[in-house]
Amino acid sequence: MTIATAPSAAARQPQAYKSDYKPIWCPGCGDYSVLSAFTKAFAALALKPEQTAVVSGIGCSSRIPAYLTSYGFHGVHGRALAAATGLKVARPDLTVVVAGGDGDGYSIGGNHFLHACRRNVDLTYVVMDNHVYGMTKGQPSPTTEPDWVSKLSPAGTGLRVFHPLVVALAAGANFIARGFSGDPNGLAALLADAMRAPGFSFVEVLSPCVTYRPEQREWKGQVRSAPVGPTDDAARAARRLLTDDGFNIGVLYRGSRKPYQPPVGKGAARAAELEKAFEI
Amino acid sequence: MSPTRPARKARPAPKRKTAPKLRVVKAARPGPTPARTMGELMAHAYALEVEASERYAEFAEAMEAHNNREVAELFRKLARIEHRHAEQILEQMRWIRPPAPPSTGYRWEGLEAPETADFTALHYLMQPYHALVIALHNERRAHAFFQHLAVGATNDKVRREAESMAAEEAEHVRLIEAWMKRTPMPEAGWDHDPDPPRHVD
Repeated sequence: MTIATAPSAAARQPQAYKSDYKPIWCPGCGDYSVLSAFTKAFAALALKPEQTAVVSGIGCSSRIPAYLTSYGFHGVHGRALAAATGLKVARPDLTVVVAGGDGDGYSIGGNHFLHACRRNVDLTYVVMDNHVYGMTKGQPSPTTEPDWVSKLSPAGTGLRVFHPLVVALAAGANFIARGFSGDPNGLAALLADAMRAPGFSFVEVLSPCVTYRPEQREWKGQVRSAPVGPTDDAARAARRLLTDDGFNIGVLYRGSRKPYQPPVGKGAARAAELEKAFEI
Repeated sequence: MSPTRPARKARPAPKRKTAPKLRVVKAARPGPTPARTMGELMAHAYALEVEASERYAEFAEAMEAHNNREVAELFRKLARIEHRHAEQILEQMRWIRPPAPPSTGYRWEGLEAPETADFTALHYLMQPYHALVIALHNERRAHAFFQHLAVGATNDKVRREAESMAAEEAEHVRLIEAWMKRTPMPEAGWDHDPDPPRHVD
């Protein structure tokens, strides 16, 4: 998949969306390529940095707003979706992208994930899933395989894995896709597609952690383009997920539910009044 | 957990005695098809150089963040070389701006352009020799890519240009090989870190 956009002389190149802060991720981390895909998607959509906000939670991948030239909010663990929802309903003119990892999004923020899908606010949620808590040195996350043995889980977790696409579909996300950081161009096209799609778009990105899960280097040979294109039929998407092994990449579901957007105006005035109460 | 299924063990930190192992990406898309026009061929060549340059620059940043300045500088140099190649293509084609991707998308054999380094191939303690191993692998893949296009070309002009590109990449392979001969090979245990980041006790 390619973003077929001819660059014009005035258009910002992807590099222009990178900030002056350099990533401090481990060498070989998949998140570098996700960052690259973000910049390519922003350039393809010709997003204005001042009209774009990237909101994150806590974790390695949640550092991404600092590395992008846009508004950014590196927020509270698991609460990126709550903050982003507030931002989008207050400023519907902004493009709001939410980023984080599997621990942040599916465990600490699991409840917010469910209700963000259900509310269908016009957000794009990108989860960089490496099946481990990397920042805190390798604890199992909700997507860790039950038999993954480490010093911190000497007998494996024995727990059923969380299936984010199934949950997103059941909870009402309007656009559901899976990408791979080893395919930054394909991922950029997928992210651009998700940002264009109205309502809550969810993109699960397989992004290897080569430090705590070096075996994830093998993902490159395991991922494949999904054999069938997107569907707008949730029941059909659900049936596809029954046989999904977690390595099909592409758009799974593209719904047509109207995004939730409460009227704005009066609320803004009330916010100004609230601010007065905090004046010193 | 199924009792018949062997437990999946977390692997210890890789103990490489030579360069980080690089895997040739399995084709997940159609392989490179013959470029029909010069424009299409050169758009591929341009994207190939730009992506290689960007990846090396990314590697340089990662190495700088981990205070491995010698390797960072080498990756910077490689990024500059690839960037210069991209600029030469713009000049040769008299393009004032980068070409748009072909309407069918780029036809790479793997997920990325053949000269783009595998993003997982890094190690924070890697040495210049390892970086050159990565570069050599990429130049060889680029050479094979243009050779393949030359063999399959149906247009003489495209064939000649693809052959010229393949010859250039072959020259890069020789240059990197010569560079490697001047670069010390890593000693055994180069990746030993007495205070590793993976220490969890």
